[in-house]
Amino acid sequence: MAQVHLRNVVKKYGQLQVVHGINLEIEDNEFVVLVGPSGCGKSTTLRMIAGLEDISGGEVGIGDRVVNDLPPRSRNISMVFQNYALYPHMTVRENLGFSLKIAKRPEAEIEQAVDEAAGILSLTEYLDRKPGALSGGQRQRVAMGRAIVRHPDVFLFDEPLSNLDAKLRTQMRTEIKKLHQKVKSTIVYVTHDQVEAMTLADRIVIMRDGHIEQVGTPLEVFEKPANTFVATFIGSPPMNLLDGQVQSGKIALDGGPSVSIPEQSRGKVQDGQAVILGFRADNLMPVGHSMPMPGEHSELGMTVNLSEPLGTETLLFGTLAGKEVQAKMLHPRPVAPGERLEFQLDLTRCHLFDAKTQQSLG
Amino acid sequence: MTRFRLPTWFVLLLPAIIVLVAVVLIPLVLSLYSSFTPYRLTRPESLYKWIGTFNYEKAVKSAHFWAAFGRTVLLLTIALNLEMLMGLGLALLVNRVTYGQRALRTLMMFPMMFSPVLVGFQFKFIFNDNVGLVNNALQSLGLTDVAIPWLVDGKLAFMSILAAEMWSSTSVFAILILAGLFAVPRDPIEAAKVDGCTPWQSFRHITLPYIMPFIYIALAIRSLDVARAYDIVQIMTNGGPARRTELLWTMIGRTGYVDAKMGYANAMGYISIFLAIFFTIYFFRKLNAARTELGMAG
Ligand SMILES: Nc1ncnc2c1ncn2[C@@H]1O[C@H](COP(=O)(O)OP(=O)(O)OP(=O)(O)O)[C@@H](O)[C@H]1O
Ligand SMILES: [Mg+2]
Repeated sequence: MAQVHLRNVVKKYGQLQVVHGINLEIEDNEFVVLVGPSGCGKSTTLRMIAGLEDISGGEVGIGDRVVNDLPPRSRNISMVFQNYALYPHMTVRENLGFSLKIAKRPEAEIEQAVDEAAGILSLTEYLDRKPGALSGGQRQRVAMGRAIVRHPDVFLFDEPLSNLDAKLRTQMRTEIKKLHQKVKSTIVYVTHDQVEAMTLADRIVIMRDGHIEQVGTPLEVFEKPANTFVATFIGSPPMNLLDGQVQSGKIALDGGPSVSIPEQSRGKVQDGQAVILGFRADNLMPVGHSMPMPGEHSELGMTVNLSEPLGTETLLFGTLAGKEVQAKMLHPRPVAPGERLEFQLDLTRCHLFDAKTQQSLG
Repeated sequence: MTRFRLPTWFVLLLPAIIVLVAVVLIPLVLSLYSSFTPYRLTRPESLYKWIGTFNYEKAVKSAHFWAAFGRTVLLLTIALNLEMLMGLGLALLVNRVTYGQRALRTLMMFPMMFSPVLVGFQFKFIFNDNVGLVNNALQSLGLTDVAIPWLVDGKLAFMSILAAEMWSSTSVFAILILAGLFAVPRDPIEAAKVDGCTPWQSFRHITLPYIMPFIYIALAIRSLDVARAYDIVQIMTNGGPARRTELLWTMIGRTGYVDAKMGYANAMGYISIFLAIFFTIYFFRKLNAARTELGMAG
């Protein structure tokens, strides 16, 4: 069990810099998820923690040691690779016990640890098979088992679920969450799937192009996105973003109606400032089909272009201020394309961003 | 009236059958037959005298034959092991090189480009006791002032031949093992590093199982090569002095062509072939086992 810290960590491949000075403090037993679009440097960061990539600058520490110059074997970490990286010439039992065998632990202890891990991951009946004779999900569990037998200080996961089908992925996600509760330990988990990030993480680290955009609990990054990138990356469907300008205490949406300035942003904007108004589909609902909005709200008319019934609710697509916008309808009734409806926008749940810096103004 | 016609498949195969019969079957049957006769090249009529297994019995009872047999197996064992280790080392080193690796790989294959006969001549010169490179170097360095009889003393001559064999063929191992190293996936090695392996342990437990099939292929190829070794020895020592470096095939060659006892030579040849077949089967068994290990066998 250990904390992990990254201070101004930089990674360069020759002239090409791909990680630009990352700072991150990970607590003991914390489940941290690195999330971001493809190529943003998540794996690279994880591999620097593991010791599989040289660190070009800055400092990585595990526990109270700086590990920059320690080889992976001296860092007491476990890693689960995206394509599992099992040892093809060893049986599942040998795969699971390999690290303990290398550490020259007594046979009895190895056997017990392997049996325990196999039990946790329901691998007992496959112990004598080789990885070639396992399904993708089973291999994934072996990879996970190999990580847990060692009781490492830190678990590192690099998109362990991305090769699984949707159903198995949901199932394994729950398994990982349970595992973390059972085997208390620090986990750094990489994914590009924001649902995985939201459901698993104690804290989410959102990365883009080698920078950290925001660090926070799943609710924090969902409720208070630091910038438009986080706002659109986290949450499904993505947050609606409308361009506008501050005019005499209101926001005039470009080519559209005006709405009041959300309360939390008042006093942080000047007249004439170009801003972006952000809100989620859940906060724009047709009158009569909405959640009660006890706080301040605006009323807007919008023509519905398309509706997607989901059962308990219907997603409505329309155009506001020149942008495609998604709204939600509760207690749905059939909506014909082209129908014009009155919508309520919950201003207490709106976000305001500066149009130039894209940073939150709230 | 219908004329008899050969079936089409037979007509189509006929050229191949004729060629195979002419170049493989007839010589094979003829040589096998002649090993049961006292056939001498100088007395063609001796080909028609059947003497049963006399030649085989003679070979099996001959101390010279078994000495040559033993020497061949010894050369094969030592040469293969040393070449394998050196080839492995060489391949691992070259695999580490990032800049100029292509050039190195080409350079590594140079010894394979020379005819073994030339290699024999070259090493005959290098180990010559009067004008040879080795003795000159040793004497100039003051390490010795006698002319070491590299090619005359039995043991030294054996070592000299071994050196020539290794020089010319270590690269067979190096190239094949290098190909194997290229095929080793990166992931399990990284997993092993994380699992606590030192570089040596990851080599021992992960890399080596991956390259074992390649090593066995090289061993199979080279065991055939050494089992039929002839040219280098023939040139360097001519099996001498006094048969002290006689290998199977130099002995068979001499018996057949110098002493003209072709029937006897053929009998020894057939016994020797079992040696080669044995090693081939052995290494291919190992190869298949190694492939099954890795889950590669179909
Ligand atoms: N060996 C390398 N040489 C040069 N650039 C590299 C190398 N490895 C990775 N990169 C670059 O570094 C950046 C980050 O790569 P990384 O693998 O960390 O992305 P990622 O966030 O894990 O993406 P994904 O979700 O697709 O796995 C990418 O732009 C990639 O092109
Ligand atoms: Mg990645």
